[in-house]
Amino acid sequence: MADLSSNFIGIKSPNPFWLASAPPTDKQYNVERAFAAGWGGVVWKTLGAEGPPIVNVNGPRYGAIWGADRRLLGLNNIELITDRPLEVNLREIKEVKRKWKDRALVISLMVPCEEDSWKAILKQIEDTEADGVELNFGCPHGMAERGMGSAVGQVPEYIEMVTRWVKQYSRMPCIVKLTPNVTSILPPAMAAKRGGADAVSLINTVKSITNVDLDHFSPFPMIDGKGSHGGYCGPAVKPIALNMVAEIARHQETRGLPISGIGGVTTWRDAAEFMALGAGNVQVCTAAMTYGFKIVQEMISGLSQYLDEKQMSLDSLIGRAVPNFVEWQHLNLNYVTKAQIDQDLCIKCGRCYAACEDTSHQAIAMSPDRVFTVKDEECVACNLCVDVCPVENCITMRELPKGAVDPRTGKVVGDHADWTTHPNNPMAQAAE
Amino acid sequence: MSNSPLTPGIVAGRLSADAIARNFSDHEPAFDRHEARVAADRCYFCHDAPCIAACPTAIDIPLFIRQIATGTPEAAAKTIWSQNILGGICARVCPTETLCEEACVREAAEGKPVEIGRLQRYATDVAMAKGLHPFTRGAPTGKRVAVVGAGPAGLACAHRLAMHGHDVVVFERRPKAGGLNEYGIASYKATGGFAQKEVDWLLSIGGIEIRTGVELGRDVTLAELEAEYDAVFLGIGLAGVNALRATGEDKAGVRNAVDFIAELRQCPDLTTLPIGRDVVVIGGGMTAVDAAVQSKLLGAENVTIVYRRGQEKMSASAYEQEHATSVGVRIICNAMPVAIHGNGAVREVEFAYTEETPEGLKSTGETFRLKADQVFKAIGQTLVGAPEGLAVAGGKLAGPSGKVWVGGDCAAGGEDLTVTAVAEGRDAAEAIHLHLMG
Repeated sequence: MADLSSNFIGIKSPNPFWLASAPPTDKQYNVERAFAAGWGGVVWKTLGAEGPPIVNVNGPRYGAIWGADRRLLGLNNIELITDRPLEVNLREIKEVKRKWKDRALVISLMVPCEEDSWKAILKQIEDTEADGVELNFGCPHGMAERGMGSAVGQVPEYIEMVTRWVKQYSRMPCIVKLTPNVTSILPPAMAAKRGGADAVSLINTVKSITNVDLDHFSPFPMIDGKGSHGGYCGPAVKPIALNMVAEIARHQETRGLPISGIGGVTTWRDAAEFMALGAGNVQVCTAAMTYGFKIVQEMISGLSQYLDEKQMSLDSLIGRAVPNFVEWQHLNLNYVTKAQIDQDLCIKCGRCYAACEDTSHQAIAMSPDRVFTVKDEECVACNLCVDVCPVENCITMRELPKGAVDPRTGKVVGDHADWTTHPNNPMAQAAE
Repeated sequence: MSNSPLTPGIVAGRLSADAIARNFSDHEPAFDRHEARVAADRCYFCHDAPCIAACPTAIDIPLFIRQIATGTPEAAAKTIWSQNILGGICARVCPTETLCEEACVREAAEGKPVEIGRLQRYATDVAMAKGLHPFTRGAPTGKRVAVVGAGPAGLACAHRLAMHGHDVVVFERRPKAGGLNEYGIASYKATGGFAQKEVDWLLSIGGIEIRTGVELGRDVTLAELEAEYDAVFLGIGLAGVNALRATGEDKAGVRNAVDFIAELRQCPDLTTLPIGRDVVVIGGGMTAVDAAVQSKLLGAENVTIVYRRGQEKMSASAYEQEHATSVGVRIICNAMPVAIHGNGAVREVEFAYTEETPEGLKSTGETFRLKADQVFKAIGQTLVGAPEGLAVAGGKLAGPSGKVWVGGDCAAGGEDLTVTAVAEGRDAAEAIHLHLMG
């Protein structure tokens, strides 16, 4: 069994699976049960400033998108930061950390964008012996209207300023949690780095409306006939999160900045993908909220098996796919593939035909007896037929070898050549 | 309860009322909303879907299933009924395993097709429970059409004619409309008086008059109908039953399976319906299975289906055969009846083993006997009462001819299935409409 022990910015945990700051981590009872189930660490649900706690709605807090059989694909929430008194949270955090020394315990924080507020809260948590802090610059609802959460995360200067205060007034490792509700994730990540952050974590939730009640004409979740936007998470946001993680991992200014990957991690495979694109560990919430704490056991066994099969250490998985994440202009235009249909596996549903004929390149032929074949002279290798085929590996992409003639273009498959040198590109660099 | 499965002879009340009620309850319970959505989600929405081609009425199956999946079973029902106005009963009695579900690509992929029949039932049940009848009678054309036979073919024809605005009179020899839906299918496939409910629902379009107790040839002639109506549709079914051609066929206890099934369907209290202790059913089709299974469900101790050819030739589907054996019916193949023994009443049936030869099916000479106090003959129905002057081909009516159209089991072409009858009745109505208005 592969060694999954993780050291993320000096914070050690027996595995790289942490529970993200969210309802599952809002009290000692939950966190201890999560640790008992096997979670490597938690980020305690966001604490606010001392004083009267915030108040949550008393109607539904979540909206959802389902697949068949009500499989939860996406979840949206309008819950705010912890609504429990600060002193209760601090007492419990200290107690948990004392009992679970081998687990990571990071405290998520969100206080007003004033130096004194941050100075005060940092002093208050010092005594808990928590392993680090995560600055919640991400929540897109409720707190943002009060000048916190994503309202900070959307302004790089604020990110840098607050991060600097935190590093100034605390010795704890500092993770800056980023909001995806920005045009580019890079300026916020760069700002965090400039401010002295030890790491960034991303993504926080995506501003969203999951659905509309068509009887009451209100967005969901509906509170007394009205709805507000919420933060979207779960498997549906994973592609967005992967891209943002990878952008930070490859950019020259942010390369090397540790990343805690968040966004729809549901299985060991999702975790491995985040880590391959540069995440040093992952944080999970929706999967636990859907299935309970026990899911971490599948993540642990799956990632171990994968690393064993690859004979790879956890460290060497991290960032392994980053060099292959390139800009479009560097993709090889002389890489030519054609779809091919395995007639033995084909069940003759005709979805590839409908997709190609109606919406792509009319490159699949259908015979009267429902035999589907690819027309190489039309196939642009778009892959849509593969994606809509219900049978795994029935349609695959076949690479044309160098020297072969592409029946569609009549051109010989040559060496690597991308857009930077293509004659159709007015900006092409002249061949030397 | 004085009788049991072991009581000799043909007696009633072999099982308790509770057991009978349980045995004859819904054979395949209806989907609830969630089950329907999950089942619907399995549909791949195939291009030019094979299931549509496999349905004699060509229902747009992927469309109606998608309508269920998106929470609009009412729209799904309309999609179904547009092609098959008896979609409710067909959902219950169609041998889907040899039609749409056999063609389903997921049958090819996994041996587990989309449950099209049950989904069709869900949609039609939901819409009927809401009292929806999404078709209206067309503007009156002043044309009058006679339909003979209120079975699936006749009813489908009548409804489509009413949609086109023609006045329809349906003549039915039996006391109730519905044909084999009412008299000929196993009770557990259409519980709760569904066949009559569906007839009432179908007639709610208006413009259709049903005259029961009127038999063609006895009470009215085809010539009279042709003289009085603008067109005539004959959907008279197959009222005759083939003879065994075995000695002793006239002994007491030997009966047509279709008569037994009809009596059972009309029996208000199945604890009063007599059944033998040792029942032998001769035949290999759906009628044989329905008679055998229901004999067992009434409490017969031993029920045996004997079919003269190999099992693969049985016209009852594999699913039906499995159902029969699952309730305890024994199936013997490659044996034909040669004599029915008994002193007045049947006591044993003697069979000879058969073999296929180039000259046809032949006895091997080896015989065996089965104990029997009741024998049901289910070796096929025949056309009787065909009006003079109509062409008969292969024992069936060949139409159309002049102003007479034919459809359903009595008509040549197509399998003898409810769904085929509906298709033929519907298509005849379209042809009649074209003829009348063309």
